[in-house]
Amino acid sequence: MQNPVYRRKEANMLKIEHLAWSIPGGEEIIKDINFTADEGKLIVVTGPNGGGKTTLAKLIAGIECPSNGKIIFDGEDITSLDVTERAQKGIAYAFQQPVRFKGLTVRDLLELAAGGKLPEEKLCALLGQVGLCANEYIDREMNTSLSGGESKRIEIATVLAREAKLSIFDEPEAGIDLWSFSRLVETFQQLRSRGTGTLLVISHQERILSIADEIVVIADGRVRMVGPGKEVLPQLLADERAARCPLGKEELA
Amino acid sequence: MNKITEELLKEVADFKGSFEGAYNIREDGGCAGRQSTKNIQITSKEDLPGIDIHIAPGTKGETVYIPACVTHSKVDDLVYNDFFVGEGADVVIVAGCGVHSEGDDQARHNGIHRFFLKKGAHVVYKEKHLGTGKGKGLRRIDPVTDVYLEEDSVLEMDTVQLGGVDRTVRKTNGVVGARARLVVRERLMTDGDETARTDFDVTMEGEDSGVDLMSRSVAKGHSHQEFYSCIKGKARCTGHSECDAILSENGTVTAQPALEASHIDASLIHEAAIGKIAGEQILKLRTLGLTEQEAEARIVEGFLK
Ligand SMILES: Nc1ncnc2c1ncn2[C@@H]1O[C@H](COP(=O)(O)OP(=O)(O)OP(=O)(O)O)[C@@H](O)[C@H]1O
Ligand SMILES: [Mg+2]
Repeated sequence: MQNPVYRRKEANMLKIEHLAWSIPGGEEIIKDINFTADEGKLIVVTGPNGGGKTTLAKLIAGIECPSNGKIIFDGEDITSLDVTERAQKGIAYAFQQPVRFKGLTVRDLLELAAGGKLPEEKLCALLGQVGLCANEYIDREMNTSLSGGESKRIEIATVLAREAKLSIFDEPEAGIDLWSFSRLVETFQQLRSRGTGTLLVISHQERILSIADEIVVIADGRVRMVGPGKEVLPQLLADERAARCPLGKEELA
Repeated sequence: MNKITEELLKEVADFKGSFEGAYNIREDGGCAGRQSTKNIQITSKEDLPGIDIHIAPGTKGETVYIPACVTHSKVDDLVYNDFFVGEGADVVIVAGCGVHSEGDDQARHNGIHRFFLKKGAHVVYKEKHLGTGKGKGLRRIDPVTDVYLEEDSVLEMDTVQLGGVDRTVRKTNGVVGARARLVVRERLMTDGDETARTDFDVTMEGEDSGVDLMSRSVAKGHSHQEFYSCIKGKARCTGHSECDAILSENGTVTAQPALEASHIDASLIHEAAIGKIAGEQILKLRTLGLTEQEAEARIVEGFLK
């Protein structure tokens, strides 16, 4: 008898083992990082500026190569795969700093992300999820004429368009207005409620931290704290009050 | 008209087996078809090779096609075409040029186009250049475009050359009257051992005149491009030029933009950028699942669109 039900190979969508990375010929930035991210969960990575969060995201997406350690994705060791191969396996990454293109429109990018033509309704839905009105944006070029917040939201929408197994968002809140931010938080909650696909969100925002299934705190290239959101968040807030140091936490712009 | 001309016309002049409205097809220095309409009269020049195109005042919504093709080597075609566009006319002019060579000798088309726009006229001028064939002989297209814009007139020129032309020198000169505007969009791609030189020289003479030049180019292989522009402001006016070049493989580009203001209210801007495709652009598209080659091709395609 065949089992007709598709079985996932692992409950862990992502497993990071002893990951390390150094600046070429220089300092070690990521130092022995370990954690796992389960399928269908929302994992929030937080920690002070310069702690290594973006570097970790780049290592997962294949933009940087680790000096040590392993990245296991959906049961497969992907450490030696390049950016394209990892993308094709189902890793999507929304950059902290969106990339501008002279000559590529928002529609072009969303369709490249989705891997084919998209009907107007789908384009509308994707841009709506980041609080943008499709009519105004689909035929605009993703060039420097877009504001910081606009390009950031389009960058996020391209990752939503991928419908990937693992979606990484690097500080999605940065530069985004309050209304679009609320819409985005709803979007993350909706995606999580589907139970398929793992979300890894790098954020300093309490609103995002408060909906996390798991929180990973990265500081000085190491995991300083990790656990269920409900346990880690109160500790973070207590630390913050004790330290009276606002610098470790960026405000919503 | 021969088969090669027909194929070239499909590529450079939106030819679909026939043209609607006024047209003149030039083939290897001869005329392969002509039609005038009530508002657009095409006549042969008496003293020089070429034609005069008279567009009646107030003509609206018509398109005139004046493509030229060279279909074999050992042709050196020189032609003078003059456009007289009447007051308030609003038309599209399509002037594709294709040069085909299978031989060892040169095949060349040298088109000298002059545009005289009367008050309030509006012209969209589309020029597409293409070289085809495997002959060793060089394919050359050397267009000269002279534009005279009377008050309140607008000429928008769209010029595209995406491959196969071994040598090209493109000269565009303009004199812009009061409240008139010249807009030029150039897209250029060279490969192999091709060379391309672009020369813009525009003088804004009338109050509140304007010029906008945008050039986007890609230099691949061992090709070489030169971009020269000179925008002169002699009255209260606005001039803008922008030259963006992408380098690939061993392509080389020279850009020398010049601005000359001789009036206190002349406002002139130039922007120029030359470089290979930004690494982060390729990376971004790779994170969407494209290979490096696919990403490069897509970026170039969008850039030259
Ligand atoms: N290519 C590089 N060359 C030199 N230093 C680097 C490089 N990449 C990262 N770093 C350094 O590594 C450290 C971690 O950077 P990273 O961008 O990962 O921090 P982050 O946690 O994302 O910070 P933020 O919250 O400000 O976004 C920083 O000190 C940064 O300057
Ligand atoms: Mg960062």
